[in-house]
Amino acid sequence: MPEIRNYTINFGPQHPSAHGVLRLVLELDGEVIQRADPHVGLLHRATEKLAESKPYNQSIGYMDRLDYVSMMCNEHGYVRAIEQLLGIEAPERAQYIRTMYDEITRILNHLMWLAAHALDIGAMSVFLYCFREREDLFDCYEAVSGARMHAAYYRPGGVNRDLPERMPQYDKAGSKWHGAKEMTRRNANRQGSLLDFLEDFTERFPKHIDEYETLLTDNRIWKQRTVGIGVVSPERAKALGFTGPMLRGSGIAWDLRKRQPYAAYDKIDFDIPVGVNGDCYDRYLVRVEEMRQSNRIIRQCIDWLRANPGPVRIDDAKVIAPSRERMKEDMEALIHHFKLFSEGYCTPPGEVYAAVEAPKGEFGCYIVSDGANKPYRLKVRAPGFPHLAAIDEMARGHMIADVVAIIGTLDIVFGEIDR
Amino acid sequence: MSTEHLTRNARLDALAATLREQLAEYDCELLEQFGELTLVVPAEHLLDVCLTLRDHEALQFEQLIDVCGVDYAAYGQSEWETETASFTGFGRGVDRDPKLTLDDPKRFAVAYHLLSLAYNRRLRVRAYAGGAEPMVDSVVDIWPSANWFEREAFDLYGILFRGHPDLRRILTDYGFVGHPFRKDFPLIGQVEMRYDAELARVVYEPVSIEPRVLVPRVIRGDAPAGPDLSQETGDA
Repeated sequence: MPEIRNYTINFGPQHPSAHGVLRLVLELDGEVIQRADPHVGLLHRATEKLAESKPYNQSIGYMDRLDYVSMMCNEHGYVRAIEQLLGIEAPERAQYIRTMYDEITRILNHLMWLAAHALDIGAMSVFLYCFREREDLFDCYEAVSGARMHAAYYRPGGVNRDLPERMPQYDKAGSKWHGAKEMTRRNANRQGSLLDFLEDFTERFPKHIDEYETLLTDNRIWKQRTVGIGVVSPERAKALGFTGPMLRGSGIAWDLRKRQPYAAYDKIDFDIPVGVNGDCYDRYLVRVEEMRQSNRIIRQCIDWLRANPGPVRIDDAKVIAPSRERMKEDMEALIHHFKLFSEGYCTPPGEVYAAVEAPKGEFGCYIVSDGANKPYRLKVRAPGFPHLAAIDEMARGHMIADVVAIIGTLDIVFGEIDR
Repeated sequence: MSTEHLTRNARLDALAATLREQLAEYDCELLEQFGELTLVVPAEHLLDVCLTLRDHEALQFEQLIDVCGVDYAAYGQSEWETETASFTGFGRGVDRDPKLTLDDPKRFAVAYHLLSLAYNRRLRVRAYAGGAEPMVDSVVDIWPSANWFEREAFDLYGILFRGHPDLRRILTDYGFVGHPFRKDFPLIGQVEMRYDAELARVVYEPVSIEPRVLVPRVIRGDAPAGPDLSQETGDA
């Protein structure tokens, strides 16, 4: 009789459904997972140590690169921690802009998640649909910050600048590949301001979500691959440190936007979707509904922002750089500008923890300050970290193909897990 | 807005009172700053305190949100003297050799961030792990989510967690030497690697670059004051 023993295989780090650089060591009994041991850290850049060596504001750009598909939410967590240290609060218009961009980011993230998750399980076309809408939202990022992804737009005390009055347009003449007629069509919804463009998007977007749902929600194959896979009970979800859609998918109605409101969320009407069974399918439904709610939030922000012009940065030259015009006329403004960009600002000694509801869960920043112009210690609490840690428990007893579905449902991004 | 501020403080006071009542026997210290509570727990009572925090009906901190190590060896040290500079003039060079307090029993600390979903409250617990051979008890049995967070603190700071089921490195490379987030570990690292064509493999060599400070670290007393600067609310 031959000796039967467990088989150990390497999944990743170059596997297309390992979502980046996950190396998963799987111990198999036939095709059934006995143990899953993720090896992470291949993308470790010591972001937190780097932050200790630069003034506070210079690390904002690093935050974009943590969870690189929900950029502005990371900035928000970091900026909020600094604001708490300094005891300042952004003006109301900036709060609404942040709320709006947080929700744009949530849609961006969930589209990326849906696209990749569906592609992993075998639904190719959803990927193409999702990327079509992501393109419009990237244009919104670009219009406000100049960068399509790594915006570095939030600042302690507000945002870098107000929303542009005019949405950038494509070159009317067209190019060798796209004629003038095509360009006119593309520019049709870019005639007004950024808010007009975004409003047009929010009118179209619910129909697009319907399209994804038509492709997936009642799809027999999709349900076979996700229903009953990776079930997490509410008790375990809490114990394992789950947050965000992972927690809500297990039936716990917890959302920092509702329970510990920040920015302008307490003035906005939206609902929190909650799952029932805690499996991959429920988490899918939760995230899809979150996109609809985000769309609702964006619409409310657009209405408010149209009606309420005002400052987007606090009037404190010690923290926020003066405008270019003032800098060139006013000696004091010039000194402040020089100080701010060479040395930065010092924070009072102490420690703070500030968290935001990022698309993946609770993104928190813990800053220890000793009164210097740089953080003494910055700890980034990435939501994906405890989620991935739970993969062993979630995958045990499932077939090897289900690991792919579980990785997809965890919504992991290695920028934030490895930091 | 103002009433909201009041209620938030009232909730904090209620939590502080409960903590003082329930943890009286453990010699903890309760700090309040920036509207957050920090409970400093003696390392020997860590597990008892954590169990009470999780299971007591009036506390119910059922989620451990984060665990992280902190190295206080260079706390409060600057690279540029700014206070006396008006009289003596600035030196352009930075102070490269900070006086690190390597054996201080308060050098390493572990900070736990707890969240109570039932009461919607947060609490930070801090335990000092010692200086030369930092070690604290593992809370994995109380909150399973501590597993990877403690591995990370071990990897980056070398803090040992007594009773941890699987204390391996997690973020650094296989075979990495040292604990990179310690204050005595240089930012540029110790080794660099390249592919050696003759040996036909990747080789590690001591770093060839010089450490460089772009913006010196300065501490000024005129930082804008936070909402309520560190005020102790007394022993718990």
